[in-house]
Amino acid sequence: MTAQLSGHDLTLFRGERCLFRGVEFALNPGEMLLLEGLNGSGKTSLMRAIAGLLEFETGEIRWHGEPTRVQRQAFHDSLVWMAHRVGFKADLTLTENLDFEAALRPSASADRDEVFRRLGLSRLKRLPLRSLSAGQQRRVALARMLLSAATLWLMDEPVTNLDRDGRRLVAALVQEHLVRGGMCIMAAHQDVQIEATVHRVLLQ
Amino acid sequence: MDGETPGLFTAVVAVARRDLLLAWKRPGDVLNPLFFFAMVATLFPLAVGPSNEQLEFSGPGVLWAAALLAMLLSLNSLFVSDFEDGSLDQMLVSPQPLPALALGKTLAHWMTSGLPLVLVSPVVALTFRMPVAVVGVLMLTLLLGTISLSLLGAIGAALTVGLHRGTALLSLLVLPFAMPVLIFGARTVSLVATGDSVAGGLYFLAAYAVLIVSIAPFATAAALRISNE
Repeated sequence: MTAQLSGHDLTLFRGERCLFRGVEFALNPGEMLLLEGLNGSGKTSLMRAIAGLLEFETGEIRWHGEPTRVQRQAFHDSLVWMAHRVGFKADLTLTENLDFEAALRPSASADRDEVFRRLGLSRLKRLPLRSLSAGQQRRVALARMLLSAATLWLMDEPVTNLDRDGRRLVAALVQEHLVRGGMCIMAAHQDVQIEATVHRVLLQ
Repeated sequence: MDGETPGLFTAVVAVARRDLLLAWKRPGDVLNPLFFFAMVATLFPLAVGPSNEQLEFSGPGVLWAAALLAMLLSLNSLFVSDFEDGSLDQMLVSPQPLPALALGKTLAHWMTSGLPLVLVSPVVALTFRMPVAVVGVLMLTLLLGTISLSLLGAIGAALTVGLHRGTALLSLLVLPFAMPVLIFGARTVSLVATGDSVAGGLYFLAAYAVLIVSIAPFATAAALRISNE
């Protein structure tokens, strides 16, 4: 049986340096992939390459058994990415940013106010993002994930800058997403407490 | 799960709307090039002296050169902020086609840089003692010309977005392709001042704009993908 998302013989170079060679993974609904490694070991690069922003030297990512290169749109339809940088405009408010977001990718039927309440953003939705703290900005990035209909979550260090409640919240949200049949690829330093099938890729 | 990707038109409008909203919140970025245009065009008559003949002769060329430089000035910031805050990454991984998003951004850029130039040009043209008929043609050439310049500039801005201080390189990349616009724009305005037919020049500018509209979004998208690696 082919996995829903799989990586085959992945090799990536940045400049002259080989970040990793021959990485393999397979991921099915309800499962999670944890990318582990030291700083600079290529976790972010691997994630960018999975998302299609970098070219692999060898190998390919397959989505439903087909290379993602030949079905970029279908793959990106079901992908949402929480990167290091929030990817929202600092001069616009949360609502204005999410309005733009809704034009970019398929939206979930989730109620926006409910999501804000859950993430503790209700009182901040009329402020420009510039005035939010780093931790609050991470929560804003979580709002993008909850409001999108994507099945595949890419999360790059999701708990950085978050307080203890925030870290628990991330774990709970990922858990719920996996139970609903979603998938998650996460790069993390700290161990995240999630009860699901967790595959691991260790980058040297 | 639920939901479908919103249509192409929704995406183009949303990008343009977002950039216009940003320009509205930070008007300095829009006003700077406009100010530059107005200053060059008003300083020039002061420098060359008030002889009517000289002003009428040099007016079209000076106004057009000032407009071209003002457009270049505004190009630098086109993709840089999106690149720096990660918005560009999010656009690249969205299911919407990148050329459509690039077109939306270019549209907003033109509306905040090219269009204001067109609207301000009659006022500035006064300092060159241009007759009303000439001002009309000047506006028309600027209207067609700035569309081409915005689109051409977007390609250059996309190619240099990852470089620090890419301004010089950006100008070097864009200027050769902007030359026909400058030459035909300024020449057409000169022609109408001497009472000649202007149709040929206007047709050329329009054709050039159409050609570039059909190429630039794809070139810009490709350049963005390369720059963002």
